[in-house]
Amino acid sequence: MSDPIIQVRGLKTQFGDHVVHENLDLDIYRGETIGVIGPSGCGKSVLLSEIVGLLTPTAGSVTVFGETLSELSDRDRQAIERRWSVMFQDGALFSNLTVRENVMVPMKEHTNFSHDLMHDLADLKISLSGLPLNAADKKPSELSGGMRKRAAMARALALDPELVFLDEPTAGLDPITAGRFDSLVRELSRLLGLTVFLVTHDLDTLKATCDRIAVLGDKRVKYTGTLEEVSRIDDPWVQEYFGGPRGRSVVG
Amino acid sequence: MDKQNGEAVLHVEGDWTVKTVGSLEREIRRARFEATPQRVDVSALGAVDTAGAFLIHTMLEDGGIEADKTYQLIGEHAQAKALLELVSGRERQEKVVASQPLSIIDLLARVGKGSVHFMDEAVGTLSFIGEAMLTTFKLLLQPHKIRWTSVFAVMEEAGLDALPIVSFLSFFVGMVIAFIGATMLQQTLGATVFTVELVGWAVMREFGVVLTGILLAGRTNSSFTAQIGSMKMRQEIDAMRTLGIDPIEALVTPRILAMLIMTPLLAFGATLSGLLGGLMISWVALDISPILFITRIQEIVIIQNFWVGMSKAPVFALVVAMIACRQGLLVQGDVQSLGKATTASVVHAIFLIIVVDAIFAMMYMELGI
Repeated sequence: MSDPIIQVRGLKTQFGDHVVHENLDLDIYRGETIGVIGPSGCGKSVLLSEIVGLLTPTAGSVTVFGETLSELSDRDRQAIERRWSVMFQDGALFSNLTVRENVMVPMKEHTNFSHDLMHDLADLKISLSGLPLNAADKKPSELSGGMRKRAAMARALALDPELVFLDEPTAGLDPITAGRFDSLVRELSRLLGLTVFLVTHDLDTLKATCDRIAVLGDKRVKYTGTLEEVSRIDDPWVQEYFGGPRGRSVVG
Repeated sequence: MDKQNGEAVLHVEGDWTVKTVGSLEREIRRARFEATPQRVDVSALGAVDTAGAFLIHTMLEDGGIEADKTYQLIGEHAQAKALLELVSGRERQEKVVASQPLSIIDLLARVGKGSVHFMDEAVGTLSFIGEAMLTTFKLLLQPHKIRWTSVFAVMEEAGLDALPIVSFLSFFVGMVIAFIGATMLQQTLGATVFTVELVGWAVMREFGVVLTGILLAGRTNSSFTAQIGSMKMRQEIDAMRTLGIDPIEALVTPRILAMLIMTPLLAFGATLSGLLGGLMISWVALDISPILFITRIQEIVIIQNFWVGMSKAPVFALVVAMIACRQGLLVQGDVQSLGKATTASVVHAIFLIIVVDAIFAMMYMELGI
């Protein structure tokens, strides 16, 4: 393990009276795939939004690539934002653009590629993420849920980011597609040295892709470790999570 | 590019990443090889990612290597081989350039399509109006089935909350009429006292209710269409249907009823404040005392004018509510159609309000009222 690529220290999040996180610490290292799990409503997606700067934490600091986001100028921030990408839970594709145009959006914004190259590269990313090429000319509303997720993945990979945030990437996918998705994540993280921050409920995805798992609970990161280490922890929620029939088939 | 043992070898050096290849691209596209490269030397290659690998691959393909043929790599590189394999062998779609020749046939086809679309739209609107009216009448016979919470919510949001802006607008229009009237009457007849009649007629018959209608078309139409449209986009309307709830009953009828109740009240408010605007100007600028103003309004501007104005309010209410709901239900899955429907809703409503007002004017003229 090398230097941490993301460092979260003493994070506190509060919405009105409702405290979501308190004293939350988390380190994510370069090249690893970390899965964040936890009960519904424990603030997994909120944590993700705070790391990428969509939400400002009430207190505490988030350091990405060695820079503290809240202290950066807009320009430096943009330079950093270009090095990561986010795949949102329901895709968040631009609905007035075709899939190919969606994938080309980040390229248009941040590179000086010619239209032809962007077009070809977009097609490459689309087929990499497992979509048939005839989907490239369709609007997101004409695609199924699973295909939308893959299109969102293609957009997230458009600029070859160093760090990818995936929010529930396999939720709502059929097992075959989900399996392919897992191996795609694995392959890319191996090939490109991608660091992956994964929020998921899918035990198979955890097993197939994650080097480490972070368990959120009681407003902080309760445990981190490999799948085996975490599954042996004596905690009621963790035991129920891994001890259920679905969990047993993965761990056991 | 050089030759080793009679085989062409391509040397790639430096960083080939998404940050750097943009400037290389044009050169690469122009480059022509003397011979088909058989091997690629990656020993001096720096950082590489899929964009870089893709460009290397394209270069080789353009150089004459068949798409599925694997080339040999010389030298060691951590990712090059795997990345080149990843980007090779992907199917490439031929770019189809859509050409649109302009011809008389295309023109006719467009006109035809447009006409058919217009017909469909007209039939669709009529059937929607029919369905909405029928459902509303049915519900009026069984008042306990009406969603009163929803009715009152819409009455507050689209009616009560619009009162300040409607009154304000009408107040100023009343002032403007009084000013213009005073100037004109002074110059032509020298009788400014007729300003009272002018303000009374204009505000009661036309401005009070038409201003209300146009303001509602802007304010309420956009909000109704956006509300119903986003529900349609998020499949909430489909969910209602599967739960056995008629969307017309749940969404359209309450809006129609609320608008039918509130529009006359708003028009009344607008008429009063319009008159007040006229009264203020008459008092301040023309020395017509408020008492004289009110007496003249009561005695000379007959009450019929007021009823003529108010009779249009329920019709405008129906125009606003029906068009807004119909356009909302027409929204498809994408954001653009929501924007289109909202625009259409406001534009159609304003247009129809003016047209309906003109029809009323002609009708009352023929009737001699």
